[in-house]
Amino acid sequence: MSEPVSALRGRATSGSVQVSDMGLQGMISLRCDLSFGKLKALSKDLVGAPVPALREAQVRNDRAALWMSPDELLFLMPHTEVDDALSRIAKAMKDQHHLALDVSDARALLRVEGPFAREVIAKLAPVDLHPDVFGPGQVLRTRLGQIAAAFWMTDAQTFQVICFRSVAHYAFDLLEASAKAGPVGHFPRGT
Amino acid sequence: MLILHCPHCDRMVDETDLHPGGEAHLKRHGPEADAEAFENYLFMRENPKGVHFERWRHVYGCGKWFLAARNTATLEVYGTYPAQTHQPPQTIRDTITERQPGWAWGDFR
Amino acid sequence: MRLRTNGRLVRKNRPVHFSFNGKAMQGYAGDTLASALLANDQILVGRSFKYHRPRGIVAAGTEEPNALVELGRGDRQEPNVRVTQVDLYEGLVARSQNHWPSLEFDVGVINAKLSRFLPAGFYYKTFIQPRAFWKHVYEPIIRRSAGLGAAPETADDNTYEHFNVTVDVLVIGGGIAGLAAALAAGRAGARVLLLEQTSGWGGRAVVDRPMIEGQSAQDWVNVTLGELHAMPNVDMRVRCQGAGVYDHGYALAHERLTDHAPKQGGPRQRLWRIRAGQIVTATGAIERPLSFAYNDVPGVLLAASLRDYVVNYGVAVGQRTVIVTNNDDAYRTALALHAAGLDVPAVIDARPAAQGALPEQVRALGIRVLANSAIGAVEGGKRVTGVSICAQDGTGGQTEQIACDCVAMSGGWSPVVHLWSHCGGKLVWDEAQAMFRPDADRPPTGADGAGFVTAAGTANGHLFTAEAIADGFGAGRKAASTAGHVKKPGQAPMGDDAAEDPMAPVWIMPAQAPYDMRAKMWLDYQNDVKVSDVQLAAQEGFRSVEHTKRYTTLGMATDQGKLSNVNGLAVLSDALGEAIPQVGTTTFRPPYTPLPLAAIAGVARDELFQPVRRTPVQDWHEDHDADFEPVGQWRRPYAYPRGDESSHDAVTREVKNTREAVGLLDASTLGKIIVKGPDAGRFLDMIYTNMMSTLPVGSCRYGLMCSENGFLMDDGVVARMDDDTWLCHTTTGGADRIHAHMEDWLQTEWYDWQVYTANVTEQYAQFAVVGPKARDLLQDIGGMDLTQEALPFMRWTTGTLGGFDVRIFRISFSGELSFEIAVRAGQGAAFWDLLVKHGEPLGLMPYGTEALHVLRAEKGFIMIGDETDGTVIPQDLNLDWAISKKKDDFLGKRGQMRTHMQDPDRWKLVGLETLDGSVLPDGAYAVDTGENVNGQRNTQGRVTSTYYSPTLGKGIAMGLVRRGPERMGEVIAFTKTGGGTVDARICDPVFYDKEGKKQNV
Repeated sequence: MSEPVSALRGRATSGSVQVSDMGLQGMISLRCDLSFGKLKALSKDLVGAPVPALREAQVRNDRAALWMSPDELLFLMPHTEVDDALSRIAKAMKDQHHLALDVSDARALLRVEGPFAREVIAKLAPVDLHPDVFGPGQVLRTRLGQIAAAFWMTDAQTFQVICFRSVAHYAFDLLEASAKAGPVGHFPRGT
Repeated sequence: MLILHCPHCDRMVDETDLHPGGEAHLKRHGPEADAEAFENYLFMRENPKGVHFERWRHVYGCGKWFLAARNTATLEVYGTYPAQTHQPPQTIRDTITERQPGWAWGDFR
Repeated sequence: MRLRTNGRLVRKNRPVHFSFNGKAMQGYAGDTLASALLANDQILVGRSFKYHRPRGIVAAGTEEPNALVELGRGDRQEPNVRVTQVDLYEGLVARSQNHWPSLEFDVGVINAKLSRFLPAGFYYKTFIQPRAFWKHVYEPIIRRSAGLGAAPETADDNTYEHFNVTVDVLVIGGGIAGLAAALAAGRAGARVLLLEQTSGWGGRAVVDRPMIEGQSAQDWVNVTLGELHAMPNVDMRVRCQGAGVYDHGYALAHERLTDHAPKQGGPRQRLWRIRAGQIVTATGAIERPLSFAYNDVPGVLLAASLRDYVVNYGVAVGQRTVIVTNNDDAYRTALALHAAGLDVPAVIDARPAAQGALPEQVRALGIRVLANSAIGAVEGGKRVTGVSICAQDGTGGQTEQIACDCVAMSGGWSPVVHLWSHCGGKLVWDEAQAMFRPDADRPPTGADGAGFVTAAGTANGHLFTAEAIADGFGAGRKAASTAGHVKKPGQAPMGDDAAEDPMAPVWIMPAQAPYDMRAKMWLDYQNDVKVSDVQLAAQEGFRSVEHTKRYTTLGMATDQGKLSNVNGLAVLSDALGEAIPQVGTTTFRPPYTPLPLAAIAGVARDELFQPVRRTPVQDWHEDHDADFEPVGQWRRPYAYPRGDESSHDAVTREVKNTREAVGLLDASTLGKIIVKGPDAGRFLDMIYTNMMSTLPVGSCRYGLMCSENGFLMDDGVVARMDDDTWLCHTTTGGADRIHAHMEDWLQTEWYDWQVYTANVTEQYAQFAVVGPKARDLLQDIGGMDLTQEALPFMRWTTGTLGGFDVRIFRISFSGELSFEIAVRAGQGAAFWDLLVKHGEPLGLMPYGTEALHVLRAEKGFIMIGDETDGTVIPQDLNLDWAISKKKDDFLGKRGQMRTHMQDPDRWKLVGLETLDGSVLPDGAYAVDTGENVNGQRNTQGRVTSTYYSPTLGKGIAMGLVRRGPERMGEVIAFTKTGGGTVDARICDPVFYDKEGKKQNV
């Protein structure tokens, strides 16, 4: 058996704002009634964080629980823990209508980091990214250029971006081009 | 370019993140339907200059469908609401009445 | 020529070298290309579109209609650039356009001699008869004479980008009204974006120098800029034009980042995609020309623009300038010229008297002021040499002649209402100032039904400093508070102006000018539309301004009539005997000035033009020189040619090898949708035409999906995973579409059903191992029992194969023994390598989509998009066996019950073999006897799939033929490309292994 590889196989750029492949990332999509009682304990168990509320990103180091839609969460965890996590979900959600799937291989996770990372994303996504409106703790699903993407911030100048695996190179190239083009100077640097 | 409130995400969303789905509040007619009912369901659509009810999907976001009450002439949006309903909520109807007294659309007043 | 006086903006210690039509010239840092050309006495800069008349610079801003040049060379070449908008830089290369062989001597000028034969609507009138001449005579002539600059021949070497931003208040225009608006909104705490299209702030005020808050306009602007810069909530952009205002507060702005500094790195231009709560349009006003005979001769320009050149750049057009006006403002030009040491032999004022403060000031300098006067004609060809003077209220009898080399004209001001109007803002006619200005009661309305644009300053019809600045401040305050920022911004700045007497509307000069004069009065300089053309249009019955525009081409040039529209419609309204507001304006559409396509494309070019989706083994396909074909946004291998092999030969080899040994297909792009829940079976019974709820766990079933119309929309194999989970395979193109289709029905119709879906297409790499040796290969890899007994046809299983966790489906789209194997996408490439390694000793070859098509066509399997086109029901394809008779309902059932769908005359699927063994042309029609109502030959069928079959050594095809299955053995004729017909026999569409033995071993 060979080790799985990420779509971008570790691609990274240098520069003031860096774009890099975050490599293999365990991702589980869970669709269910988000008010289901046992979900709280499950989220705590899987990522050490509460169930994310509307548009929230609960990030804990290399784990996270992200709000995807009114009936969908995305859990992030180390790649090796996915199978175990799936069985724990199955146990917790027993007799409760739900759909839990390993989507680790279906997606790519990228990091955009640097003083004008916010502007790099704003070049590509039709959303309000003003620091008063969007910051760490939130997640947005929207477009990045011509593809669907979701992103959240882990600190004032770092974005994490997920997109589908097949378009990972497009997303990377797009982010790289936008980072190389330099800052716009609209948002205060480093926010 | 329109901007609509996604009731599922509770945020304003650009039209480019949405997918339009035609007329709202259609009632499905299946195999038991007579020709006229089926024709109405399949083909006959409102085409108003004014108040209109439409389906939109937040396709680049939460993926959920919602409905919008909108004026096709002025583009004023009276409100958006989740798609799991057979008729517009009373609050939205009241807003429309306030803005467009005497409006009518299909069976709605 | 360059004056000794210093221009506000130029730095004479920094010379800048450039060339025009190959001639080396010099300007200074701070010049525009326009000011630098004038400084070099380059008065003639272009030719008009229709008559190729000599053209000079008329304006100093975006309204310039004449001075369009081709800028740069090679990968930096750009046509139709207005010289007034180009900041001069070292090494700039410009060439004039629309002339042959040269700017100085242009053969096309012959058109001007023929001008009496080229009246309004000439093209419509002349080229209509005889009809046959259109294609080969008229159209080529018109095409050759159309267009201004040449399109660049090499790709643009620059980069471009977009920027999305949301603001509370967008202020468009950085004159004093815009600055005041930004100040008020910024102080109130709103997020403000302030845009100025030129390279500097202050607009006209810093040229005309009124007092603001007791200081000079320039000082006030500097202080204000300082305050705005210090506000973190305000972003200010120069060289950034508010280009368009759209629905719900959306706006586009075009920022020119390095046009003025081509050696600087970074993107050349940036397109701002702005969502604004409120928009303030402080876009200023444009001076109107006056219509007098030969007002188009180079050296005639707008009075305020001439003032700009003198004050900003220390440049003049001539030594002796005659000023002609209908208002007091133009007298400021006389003052500026006088201050610069230039001669003003006379100010020609069309008004009966000129007694305001400004005229008096001019008289006091000893300059002649001639009231009730007009220019009868301008003299000179490529350059003004003088003017003849006549009475404004007469018919043009000459009273005097004045020698001069420049004419500065002012016909009053038109507010720039474009951005106000783009999204539906209405206008009122201001009688006193003879202008259309925004009607504050009828603004463009946004999502909440309230106005979202406020016009401010001169753009709102306030031509005086005091009003303009107060109006701007008020607009900014109002916009901020509407956007929710109610903090008090303080008092509006106070402006102070010289008093002016009223202007008098003057639409032609002199008022009673005869035809000969009117035929020489230009309205539209670029498109050569004259007063007489508009009058002719009215005479011929064109009453609507929109029709007149198109008939005469008034305002249809690249400047979109910024100078000509109001003058033109005043002439039209006069000719129609109607008031100007009754005639109305043409529609203002975005963008304000043309946007380069490159800016609109932004980063979406070359590799980033559109996303290309890659499967986990895309690298392998590329490394093995596959021919690719686009399938949606995927690039699937079409075939894998070896060495010098042609694509066709590769397909033949791949088909044969798959039939005889073993083939390998990357099927990762096929859609995979998980459907799970207590109601999943019931749901799938509605989605598919056949029964899916009864499918046993571990089994696979081929299913069809229809729209409510009954038309076939997708197909694929469904596998049942467990009690409440199904995996639905779709076509490559169907993955997203079918997932959306399922979600639509689940969310909006059956929302009380407990079903969740997920599109897991990209979670797996999926490979088809196909052919008689397929099982040998997998057994060689080892790890699973894949015998017919352990895994029969149409079953699936999971296990570990060669160390990989796999899911294997015994399904076949080729008629061969076939295993479709899914592995995690991250292991896809490694697993593919393993298959290739173990397969090669057995003769394994990968095959592409074309071989896949041939293999399926030999077996008579349909392909969505070939056999279907959105009008085909499953019954047309003899798929009745896949339509459940037991179900009360499914999507499409009622649609298929319609009479037309039951018609026995419907075209139905059959096989087709040509009598001569040739391959039928794709899409060919089967001809029938007789003609239809349009006089076209009747048809009775068409080819849907057609291939050369390597297995059978001849052409095979499928097609839809009227009552086809009832007509087995009949020979019908199909059209051939290039004429003629070819005979084909109707046959069974299953050409190979009719019993289906090979796949079930």
